[in-house]
Amino acid sequence: MILQAIAFYVFSAILLGSGFMVITARNPVHSVLFLILAFFNAAALFVLLGAEFLAMILVVVYVGAVAVLFLFVVMMLDVDFAELKKGAQAYLIPGLGVGFLLLAELIAAVAVRWTFPAQVMKGAATPSPAQVSNTAALGHLLYTDYVYYFQVAGLILLVAMIGAIVLTLRHRTGVRRQKAWDQISRDRAETLALVDVKPGEGVQ
Amino acid sequence: MLYATLVFLPIIASAVAGVFGHWLKPRGCELITTGALFVSLALSIYAFYDVAILGHSAVVPLWKWIDSGDFAADWTLRIDTLTAVMLVVVTGVSALVHLYSIGYMAGDPGRPRFFSYLSFFTFAMLMLVTANNFLQVFFGWEGVGLASYLLIGFWYKKPSANAAALKAFVVNRVGDFGFMIGIFAIYWTFHTLDFETVFKTAPAVAGHTFVFGSWRPDILTTVCLLLFMGAMGKSAQIGLHTWLPDAMEGPTPVSALIHAATMVTAGVFLVCRASPLYELAPAALGFVTFIGATTAFMAASIGLFQNDIKRVIAYSTCSQLGYMFVAAGVSAYGAAMFHLFTHAFFKALLFLSAGSVIVAMHHEQDMRKMGGLAKALPFTWAMMLVGNLALTGVGIPVVGIGTAGFYSKDSIINAAFLSGTPMGTYAFVLTVIAAAMTAFYSWRQFLMTFHGRYRGAEYEHEEHGHGHGHALQLSDVHEPARTMLVPLAVLAIGALIAGGLFFHYFIGADAKGFWRGAVAVAFGHRPGEVPLWVELAPFAMMIVGFMVAFYYYVLNPELPARMAAKAGMLYTFLYRKWYFDEVYDFLFVRPAMRLGRILWKWGDGRIIDGIGPDGVAARILDFTRGAIRLQSGYVYHYAFAMLIGVVVITSYFVIRGVLP
Amino acid sequence: MEIGLGHYLTVAAALFTVGVFGIFLNRKNIIIILMSIELILLAVNINFVAFSSYLGDLVGQVFALFVLTVAAAEAAIGLAILVVYFRNRHTIEVDDVHMMKG
Repeated sequence: MILQAIAFYVFSAILLGSGFMVITARNPVHSVLFLILAFFNAAALFVLLGAEFLAMILVVVYVGAVAVLFLFVVMMLDVDFAELKKGAQAYLIPGLGVGFLLLAELIAAVAVRWTFPAQVMKGAATPSPAQVSNTAALGHLLYTDYVYYFQVAGLILLVAMIGAIVLTLRHRTGVRRQKAWDQISRDRAETLALVDVKPGEGVQ
Repeated sequence: MLYATLVFLPIIASAVAGVFGHWLKPRGCELITTGALFVSLALSIYAFYDVAILGHSAVVPLWKWIDSGDFAADWTLRIDTLTAVMLVVVTGVSALVHLYSIGYMAGDPGRPRFFSYLSFFTFAMLMLVTANNFLQVFFGWEGVGLASYLLIGFWYKKPSANAAALKAFVVNRVGDFGFMIGIFAIYWTFHTLDFETVFKTAPAVAGHTFVFGSWRPDILTTVCLLLFMGAMGKSAQIGLHTWLPDAMEGPTPVSALIHAATMVTAGVFLVCRASPLYELAPAALGFVTFIGATTAFMAASIGLFQNDIKRVIAYSTCSQLGYMFVAAGVSAYGAAMFHLFTHAFFKALLFLSAGSVIVAMHHEQDMRKMGGLAKALPFTWAMMLVGNLALTGVGIPVVGIGTAGFYSKDSIINAAFLSGTPMGTYAFVLTVIAAAMTAFYSWRQFLMTFHGRYRGAEYEHEEHGHGHGHALQLSDVHEPARTMLVPLAVLAIGALIAGGLFFHYFIGADAKGFWRGAVAVAFGHRPGEVPLWVELAPFAMMIVGFMVAFYYYVLNPELPARMAAKAGMLYTFLYRKWYFDEVYDFLFVRPAMRLGRILWKWGDGRIIDGIGPDGVAARILDFTRGAIRLQSGYVYHYAFAMLIGVVVITSYFVIRGVLP
Repeated sequence: MEIGLGHYLTVAAALFTVGVFGIFLNRKNIIIILMSIELILLAVNINFVAFSSYLGDLVGQVFALFVLTVAAAEAAIGLAILVVYFRNRHTIEVDDVHMMKG
C-alpha cells in the first residue's frame, strides 16, 4: 500500500509540475517536451488505477502522434523564444486570483471521503470482470455494446484527416517532377538532330 | 326668448363670419355681423323701454351649467334696469362701430377675422352684463379680455401690436386673480354665487370676520376689495392702468368700442352690480373712492402732454373711469352709471372722429404733424367739437342745461362734495383739478389737430412704416366715406342730448322708480343741495382749461415746442407717464423674464432635458463606449470572461450548498 | 495512507486549473493555447478513469477512449488551422490576433 501511495504522489507531482512548465517555458520546444512528460505521468497514473489499456493508448496516441504533431508544427513555424510581455502584468493578479478561486472550489467539492452506497456498486452498467484483462474487457464492451460510437469515432478521425489535408494542402508552383510517360514515349525525331558544322563556326 | 336672441345673435354672426369668412367674402361678413348687431340694438332699445321705463324686470333661465354637490351655477339672463342700461350702451356702440369699421378697415385683408372678433367681443360683454351669478360674470369677463387681446393684436405682423396685446392680457390677469379670489371668497361665505341669494343674505354676514393667520379681517370688506381688484385691472385704474395707452396699437374702432365704451366699463358695472355688498363695506368704498380720484388726477396729468392723438383720448378714458369709481365710492351708483352711459357716447364719438382724422391723414397719428385741418375736414371737425363739448362738460351751471358730460360729470363732483367723508373730500378736490386738466388736454388736442398752421408738409410722411420721401400735403386730406360719418352723427346726437334727457331717470327725481333696487343707492346717502361755489367750480375749471389751451396752441403756437425742448423735470415726469412702465419693467418684467430664462435654460434645458432625453442618449453613448471595450478581439480576453462566468456559477452552487 | 477517489480528483482539478491558466495567462503564442486544451482534456480523462476504477464500471474508460479520439482529431485540425493562419499572417503571437474586435 505504501508503495502505491508513494508512486501516486511522485507521478502526480511530476504531472502537475510539468503541466505548469508547459505554460511557462520560454522555449516552445521545451513546452512540447514537458507536455510529453505530462502525458507519460498521466499514463502511469492510469496504470495505478488499473486501466492499463488506456494508459498504453495514451502513450501511443497522445505522445506518439499528437505531441509529435505539435513538435512538427513548432519546428515548421519557427516560433521564437517568447519574452514575458509587460502588458501581462496587469492581468496576472486578477487572473491568478480567479483561477485559484476556481481551484479552491473544485478541490473543496471533490477532496472528500467518497463512499458509494451498495446499490450504486451493484448497479454498475458494465462491471469489470475479475478474471479478464482490462484490454479484453474493453474489447468485449467496445465491439458489442458501443460499436456504433466506435464507428462514429472512426468517422470523426476520417473527417479530421480530410480537414487537415484540405486546409494545409497547397500546390507549389514551379516544382519539377518526372513525367514517366513523356520520357518513355520520346522518339528519335524529337531528341536527335544531325548538324553539319563548318570549321570555325559554332552551332546555331 | 327676446333676450336670448339679443344675447346670442352676435355670437352666431361671429361664428358664421369666422368659419365661412373665406366664402362669404369680406363684404358678406361685414353685412352679417353689422346686421346682427343692429337687430340686437333694436331689441335692446325695446328692452330698455320695457324694463327700465315700464318696470318689467325679468330673469330668463337658459340651461344648467354646474351642479356639483353644494355648488350650483346656471346660465341665466338677468334683465333689470342696470342690465338694460348696459345693453343699450353695448349694443349701441357696438353696432355703430361695426358700421364705422366697414369704412375704416376697407381694403384690409383680415376683415372677416376682424368682424368676427368684434361680434365675439359683443357677445362676451352681453353675457357679462346679463349674468345672474358671479361665475357667468367671470365668463364674460374673461371673454372680453380674450377679445381685447385678439383685437389689440389684430395686426399681428407688427411687433409693437403683439407686445401691447400681451401686456393688456397680462395686466388684466393680475386683476382677474383678485377677482377670482373674490369669487372664491363669496362662495366660501355664502355657499352660492347667485346674485339674488348673495344680496339677500349679505346683511346677515355684515360685520363678520374670518381668521387669516393672526388677523381678523371683515369678510365683506375683503370680498369687495378683491372684486375691486378685478375692476381695477379691467378698468385701468392706477397701478393696473399701464395697458390702456398701449392698447391704442389696435385699430381705432377697437379702441372706440372696447377701450372707451364697453370693456373698460365692466369694472364700474361690476361694482354697481355688487352695490348691495359694497354698501355693507364702507372701508372698501373708501378705497374705491381713493383709487378712482387718484386715477382721475394721474391720468389727466399724463394726458396733458401726449403727442399721439389716440393716446390723449386713452388717458382721458382712464381719467373718466376714475370719475365713475369716485361716484361709486361715495355710494352714488346712479351717478356712476349715468356717467358710464354718457361717457360711452362722447368717448366713442371722440375716438371715431380721431379715426376719421387718422384715415384722412393716411394713417398719421402724431398731432405735431397735423394742424389747420378744419377747412379740409369740416364734418369731422364738427363731430370732434361736439365730443369735446360733452367731455369737458360745457353747460350753464345754475340753470342746468348742457351737454351730456355737463350733467354726469358735475353730478359726480357734487356727490363727492356731499358725501362729507374725508375720502369724499379728497376725491372732490382731485376731481375738480382733473376737470381743469381735462379741459386743457381736450382743447389742446382739438386745437393742435384742426387749427393753427398745417405742419404736416414739413415732415416726411411715413405711411405704414416705410418713408415715402414726400410729405402729405393739405390738399391730400379729405373726409372719409359715408359709412364712417353716419355713426359719428348718431353718437353726436347722443352726446348732446342724452344728458338732459335721462338725467332725472338716473339720478334725479325718478331714480327710485327707475332703478328699483338694481343698484343699492342712486345718489349717495346725503342728498341735498350743494353750495353755489361747488356748482360753479367745474364750470370755472373748464373755462380755465380752455383759456390755457387756446393761449398755448392758437395764440402762441411756438411756445409749447420750446417748452418741451427745454424738458423740465415736471414735464418729463408727466410725459414719461409718471414712470410707471419703467418701474414695472424693473420690478416685475425683468425678474419674470429672468426667472423664465433660468427655468428655460436651466430647469428645462439642463435638468429636465439632461435627465430625460438628452441625458438618456448621452448615457447610452457612454454605455456603448464601455461595451465596445468588451469586444477586444483577443481570444484570451474572451476565455477569461468565460472563466469568470464558470467561477461565478460554481461559487453560487458552493455557497448554496454550504448555507443552512 | 489510503489513496482514495478524492486524491485523484484533486489531481485532476489541479491539472484542469493549470490548463485554464494556460489559456488566458499566456502571452506567447497560440500553440500554448492548444497545448493547454490538451491538458484540460487530460484532466477530464483522469476524472473519468478514476471514477471508473472506484465504481467498478468500465463505461468510464470507454468514454475516456472516445475523449482521447476526439482530442486527437481536434488537435490535428487546430494545428492545421494554425498553419494556414501562419501562412497568411506570418505570426502566431496572441497579441496580434485581434482582427475580430468590435
